[in-house]
Amino acid sequence: MDALILSRIQFAANISFHILFPTITIALGWLLFYFKLRFNFSGHPVWMRAYRFWVKVFALSFAMGVVSGITMSFQFGTNWPGYMESVGNIAGPLLAYEILTAFFLEATMLGIMLFGSNRVPSWVHTLATFLVAFGTTMSAFWILALNSWMQTPDGFEMRDGIAHATDWFAVIFNPSFPYRLTHTLLSSGLTVCFLVAGISAYRLLYKDHKKAPRLTLKTAVITAAILAPLQAFVGDMHGLNTLEHQPAKVAAMEGLWHTVNGAPLVLFGIPDAETQTNKYALEIPGMASFILTHDFDGELKGINEFEGEHPPVAPVFFSFRVMVGIGLLMIFISWWSTATVLRKKSLSKLQLKILIGMTFSGWVATLAGWYVTEIGRQPFIVHGVVKTADAVTTIAGENVAFTLAMYISIYIVLLIAYISTIFRMAGKAVKEEEYDLTPPGLPESEKGDAQEVAA
Amino acid sequence: MNWLDQHTLALIFAGLTAFSILLYAMLDGYDLGVGITLPMNNEAWRDTSIASIGPFWDANETWLVLAVGLLLVAFPAAHSAILKALYLPASFLLIGLILRGVAFDFRAKVKPEHKLRWDWVFKIGSIIASFSQGFMLGLYVVGLEYTYLNVVFALFSGFCVTAAYALIGNAWLILKTTDEIQLHAIKRCRQSGMLAFFGILAVSLINPIVNVNVLNVWTSPPFAYFFAIIPITCFAMFAIGYKVLKDLPLEDDQGAGLPFLMSCVIFFTSFVGLALSFYPYVVPNQLTIYQAASSAESLNIIFIGAVFVVPVIAAYTVFAYFTFRGKADELKYY
Ligand code: HDD
Ligand code: HEM
Ligand code: HEM
Repeated sequence: MDALILSRIQFAANISFHILFPTITIALGWLLFYFKLRFNFSGHPVWMRAYRFWVKVFALSFAMGVVSGITMSFQFGTNWPGYMESVGNIAGPLLAYEILTAFFLEATMLGIMLFGSNRVPSWVHTLATFLVAFGTTMSAFWILALNSWMQTPDGFEMRDGIAHATDWFAVIFNPSFPYRLTHTLLSSGLTVCFLVAGISAYRLLYKDHKKAPRLTLKTAVITAAILAPLQAFVGDMHGLNTLEHQPAKVAAMEGLWHTVNGAPLVLFGIPDAETQTNKYALEIPGMASFILTHDFDGELKGINEFEGEHPPVAPVFFSFRVMVGIGLLMIFISWWSTATVLRKKSLSKLQLKILIGMTFSGWVATLAGWYVTEIGRQPFIVHGVVKTADAVTTIAGENVAFTLAMYISIYIVLLIAYISTIFRMAGKAVKEEEYDLTPPGLPESEKGDAQEVAA
Repeated sequence: MNWLDQHTLALIFAGLTAFSILLYAMLDGYDLGVGITLPMNNEAWRDTSIASIGPFWDANETWLVLAVGLLLVAFPAAHSAILKALYLPASFLLIGLILRGVAFDFRAKVKPEHKLRWDWVFKIGSIIASFSQGFMLGLYVVGLEYTYLNVVFALFSGFCVTAAYALIGNAWLILKTTDEIQLHAIKRCRQSGMLAFFGILAVSLINPIVNVNVLNVWTSPPFAYFFAIIPITCFAMFAIGYKVLKDLPLEDDQGAGLPFLMSCVIFFTSFVGLALSFYPYVVPNQLTIYQAASSAESLNIIFIGAVFVVPVIAAYTVFAYFTFRGKADELKYY
């Protein structure tokens, strides 16, 4: 295999592994901040217990995010030298600002957040928790500004094949950035909601009678019930924005081979590049046109319009369906569980099991979403400006193959260790005796328990 | 908006990059060093050792991200030339960092019978990372060419850097621990100090032989007299340090910070010595910082940001070290 394809696989493997953890830490940081605030205001120890349990998950995820992120920062130059040569003037400052404003902040405050609770006053600890969450979000802001610029470049001019920024505001707030930022932050929120719900459900299923898991479960499903429909709405607007700037990507997402009026929504099918058709297609007539142009007869451009400059259809098409499928499933499950919780009932065994099954569903949707975005941008690395093939490295293929094999085997082991450790921590929490931290005036009786969950 | 010209900017960014590499070597150096010397036969000592670096290692590693990031944005051509030549050792470095970074967290959360396994991962990951860094440094010094002799030299340099990290790591432990484990660290500090001393001596002698440029820098007066302070200070630190380590521990834990301070001076002088040898080259004998610097407009943008943000970073870093001052024993992870 040649260096181009290997570099692409290596980059994709590394970033796919990396994103799993930021997507957890971004929203989990805010959730921990929320727990800490609730504790500060109510003084009720159950919030601190929720904090204590989830901060461990946070620490583990953060460590995984940091070490895989360091790999990313080496890769830009080694695997894609042509990328920095042509658009380094844009990418450089954005990456530099991410390091300066986000990475140092979160890494330093993390120490205080994890180990500092008995060394600093409570408000400083709360502030540190806030700054960690803020730092992860800033990190997403800058890196997504860069990624969005690669999708919908703006505010620059090309001189001798090298991009020069003319308007930094336009570079950062490029056309797809607001959508991508919102959509990604929401996806982080959903990933965490289902992670928290799944692990809490696991504890309840194994007869954990403590208050904390019930409380976190409730917080998670209600938040998910709000975020999930919002995500579908933002996703839809995102799609409209993509139609405007990257129509070839939308054609691939919809599996639309030829330009037509009144394009059908392909619910399922197998895109076939040979015959330029979808086999076994299950379609709703006119629906795709309606969603994207708000007119059942609207015209949608097909793949045929983008000869030689369109992405491979099948991976984009399938990934899109996986993401949207999980998104719909999330709406359904979160509403169902919320309905039960709001009627002050306990979730049934079946509901708990479904939530456990959904624990890592956010990961799958997030990855699928990124595959839509990134593969849909091909054959460009910067849409309409630089082709992926022109940015690739000259490192020998064998070396890339060797390191790729090393990374992948380590990632598999770490992923297994990560997931099993989280479930182990949940199992351990079930068995642990409740240490009594009750401040005076807040009895920890069964009665208080019931009120807590009902409240 | 170009307030500074290309030439000044190149110099400033070379300085910033060098500064973050130096800080990285000292800071991550001590926590890698703690990993390298992790006592595998005493679990309580391991817990204390690791507790002593717990709140810091993550921020320490960020200096590497900054150094690589600055190299990437300010000297893209150098970044790709250096890291392409060092592709394999850099991958080993990353693998080492990945392993130790996660082991640090897993060890506290897995089944007790698996803890030892993760401690080994932590120790071995630290060694791989340190050794790879030394190897990369060695190969860089001899011009990034894989000849037989160069590789031998780079391997040797790998040992030296590992020893130097063990030195500063143990010096950190002397500062952060008490009683038996402190005694143990003092002993280890002396041993690794010896190794590091011979390593630095050897590199200082070999370097001018391989690079003519280096010989010129260190032998042409009047600068040579002035520059001579650097190696003299460095080797004086070793001599005084040897004596200090013999006398430690003193009553009331006096002087427990001295070895760490002296290790920092050793790192600082060695680094400045190297940097002076190579100026103005960023890729030895091939590419100067002025040739490799990227365009003034984007460097200006970063510089403005850095002027505001770096003091803030310095402030909260000091705050974090102040918060976790004193001995490490009571550190509790929750
Ligand atoms: C928990 C994760 C998650 C969920 C439930 C959804 N998405 Fe999503 N989606 C992502 C996670 C994600 C993502 C990983 O965050 C992406 C990749 C890049 C981006 O901005 O968001 C993405 C990209 C993405 C794109 C591609 C935009 C582009 O061109 O870059 C579209 C059109 C949608 N999404 C639409 C939807 C719709 C209609 C959903 C309704 C159910 C939906 N997404 C649920
Ligand atoms: C190719 C692109 C990327 C590069 C080069 C990159 C680089 C890095 C690096 C070097 C770190 C470690 C920082 C430290 O030491 O603290 C890191 C962590 C992080 N990254 Fe990325 N990253 C990329 C993509 C992303 C994306 C897409 C997101 C989110 C949408 C993201 C969010 C984060 C967050 C929140 C952290 C903090 C550590 C954690 O919580 O896991 N990164 N990244
Ligand atoms: C974090 C979630 C992300 C995921 C899961 C992801 C996934 C991928 C995948 C699968 C590819 C390979 C596409 C192909 O070769 O067909 C790719 C390529 C690439 N992505 Fe991303 N990406 C993410 C974010 C980012 C970000 C934030 C940036 C930059 C700021 C980025 C920059 C690139 C570059 C430079 C390539 C190489 C060119 C290419 O092969 O397409 N990606 N990514």
